[in-house]
Amino acid sequence: MRSIIKTPLAALAATTLLSGMAMADGHGLTGDLRIFSDMSNPAPRAIMEGLVEEFGELHPGLEIELTVVDREAWKTQIRNALTANPPDVVNWYAANRMGPYVDAGLFMDITDMWDAGDFAGLESVRGAMTIDDRQWGVPYTYYQWGIYYREDIFNELGLSEPATFEEEIANCQVIVDSGRSCYTIGSRYLWTAGGWFDYLNMRTNGFDFHMELARGEVAWTDERVRATFANWRRLIDMGAFIDDHQTYSWQEALPFFVNGEATAYLMGNFVVPHLREAGLSDDQIDFYQFPAIVEGMPMGEDAPTDTFHIPAGAQNVAAAQEFLRFVTSADVQSRINGPDGLGQLPVNANAEVADDEFIQQGFAMLSQNATGGIAQFFDRDWPAEMASIGMEGLQEFMVFPDNLDDILERLEDARQRIYE
Amino acid sequence: MTPATDTRSWLQKNRMTVTPLLFLLPGLLFFVVYVISPIFQSFNISLYDWDGLGEATYIGLDNYRELVDDRAFETSLWNNLKWLALYLLAIPAGLFIALFLNQTVTGIRLYKSLFFFPFVLSQVVVGLVFSWFYLPRVGLLNAVLTFFGLDSINVLGDPDLATYGIIAAGLWPQTAYCMILYLTGLNAVDPEQIEAGRLDGAKGWKMLWHVVLPQLKPATFIAFVVTIIGALRSFDLISIMTNGGPFGSTRVLSFMMFEQALSEYGFRMGYGSAIAVVLFLIMLVFIGYFLWQMWRDEREARH
Repeated sequence: MRSIIKTPLAALAATTLLSGMAMADGHGLTGDLRIFSDMSNPAPRAIMEGLVEEFGELHPGLEIELTVVDREAWKTQIRNALTANPPDVVNWYAANRMGPYVDAGLFMDITDMWDAGDFAGLESVRGAMTIDDRQWGVPYTYYQWGIYYREDIFNELGLSEPATFEEEIANCQVIVDSGRSCYTIGSRYLWTAGGWFDYLNMRTNGFDFHMELARGEVAWTDERVRATFANWRRLIDMGAFIDDHQTYSWQEALPFFVNGEATAYLMGNFVVPHLREAGLSDDQIDFYQFPAIVEGMPMGEDAPTDTFHIPAGAQNVAAAQEFLRFVTSADVQSRINGPDGLGQLPVNANAEVADDEFIQQGFAMLSQNATGGIAQFFDRDWPAEMASIGMEGLQEFMVFPDNLDDILERLEDARQRIYE
Repeated sequence: MTPATDTRSWLQKNRMTVTPLLFLLPGLLFFVVYVISPIFQSFNISLYDWDGLGEATYIGLDNYRELVDDRAFETSLWNNLKWLALYLLAIPAGLFIALFLNQTVTGIRLYKSLFFFPFVLSQVVVGLVFSWFYLPRVGLLNAVLTFFGLDSINVLGDPDLATYGIIAAGLWPQTAYCMILYLTGLNAVDPEQIEAGRLDGAKGWKMLWHVVLPQLKPATFIAFVVTIIGALRSFDLISIMTNGGPFGSTRVLSFMMFEQALSEYGFRMGYGSAIAVVLFLIMLVFIGYFLWQMWRDEREARH
């Protein structure tokens, strides 16, 4: 194993030197640029292909080779891609999800580029790319999480967007009394339950506590964690969530929302195109920020960020660096995150935010009312192993809330083993 | 007269020994590289703490010690036992369908193909079909249950039922497989022996037990082998139908090994290897028994 890692590092040193000289000479970019992308869904794929084409036109000397890998498959394939004959640019996720690759020396340290001001307008997202005080990549898009709800049903029942948890519960009671569920959720693949925990915990104990828990500094059996679950339990006990959610994927949970059997969905903004495709008009759906539980506590928000990185074994570093500058520039950011593109939030502060009801609300929320801090998501902030055991416990809690003590003890055992 | 000197070369002299060895060589080579050496590699890796990327740290038997206390491992082991025990139902079921289909009626070939059909389907398709069948609100199973005024059940969402639900799905193609094995076996049953048995007054169960079954022994043996191995490597159905859930209640050893070593949140190569070793040892018991049985049969045949 040792030999496998050492060789690309040596090669890397050589290529950085060479490319450095090439840049200094002022020549245009030449050679091959190999990009592995996980943007495999139709809309992101078109964006990625467009980006490559445009970048190719700017640098006619480059031979760009784009490989698009299925987004789910990429989560396991990235390991092979980074170790054997690595490409020059890859997609990945921010925060703790970078950890294994940073620790193994497979992502290139690009702190120099950040320090040199290559990524103007990205200062606010720098933290999400930082591990051990160094930066390991650039973000290209992110999106808000929050409660998407059926505006028409809220109007019919005479409800308005709640600002506090008590209002939320009062609303929910009216909804349950009308024969509906308050929230749809499909917890089969577990992570959706992680979203609920993120919000309930950030609202109950604050963003800083949430991050302490993620870093393994607080016991899962702590009273404050129990308080979070107690709030959650209030919703579970009143029948707020749909039945049998452990059997559905998040997509399979959509029809409940579309058919009006459940009135709200705690989800990321990527849910909106699905709702529109299912025939809901923008008059029927709306969005609100997860309400405050403790008065005056600064709001923390989940806003998962997707990223680009240069593998440590990249051959054409100069071209890869230029690609990162290109993809984060204000102009490109406005376009790829627009309503015709990803329909998400641009990472560059100088980029334009698309004229879309949901993107605008998300942007306003994250820039004005997320003073607590911005988290990535349960399965990105927690170490992978803890996240998987944790989310399993969260799902079990949602189905059998009485098992809480047992679940928390199990998670605490796992914490003591994983973070040692 | 001088004795005739053997002028043939060494190769020509030993042709009878060298030829089979040469033919065996490629197969042996692949077997050693792809089967034997990974087994020893797994043993080795299971003594390390390794994420597959960085440095591996030697930790002795710690992975195994952790397994003993791991509740997920305990659940998986129990589920493997359930699979082993219930999957064997495919053998009698296959036998009876084979006996039922072993007659000369018009269109029997069509009926045989229909019964064989599930085995042709990919396990993924079987898993999908059954998960639709079990769907809590719109699935066929619950439609039937509610029609008869019973409460609907969420088979795959109930930690106590889910494993049985998956095994039932697995039995569908496995029964078809055993049926085919027995159908072929039934062709080889000696009609004269049946006749003789009939003259001696054997019929029904007695005929089956004392005359037919002994002649089907080779088919039964193969059916046992494929069913037991199939039960121990059950993976695709679990992955498709429940993904190990709800909350890990349907995991088996092979699925847990995959989760720990290769899935999105996994990459504990050492721990995964330790699970693989345990699974290997369990399989070794059965494989050893099968090999011994085959060896004994062959020796008997030779004498």
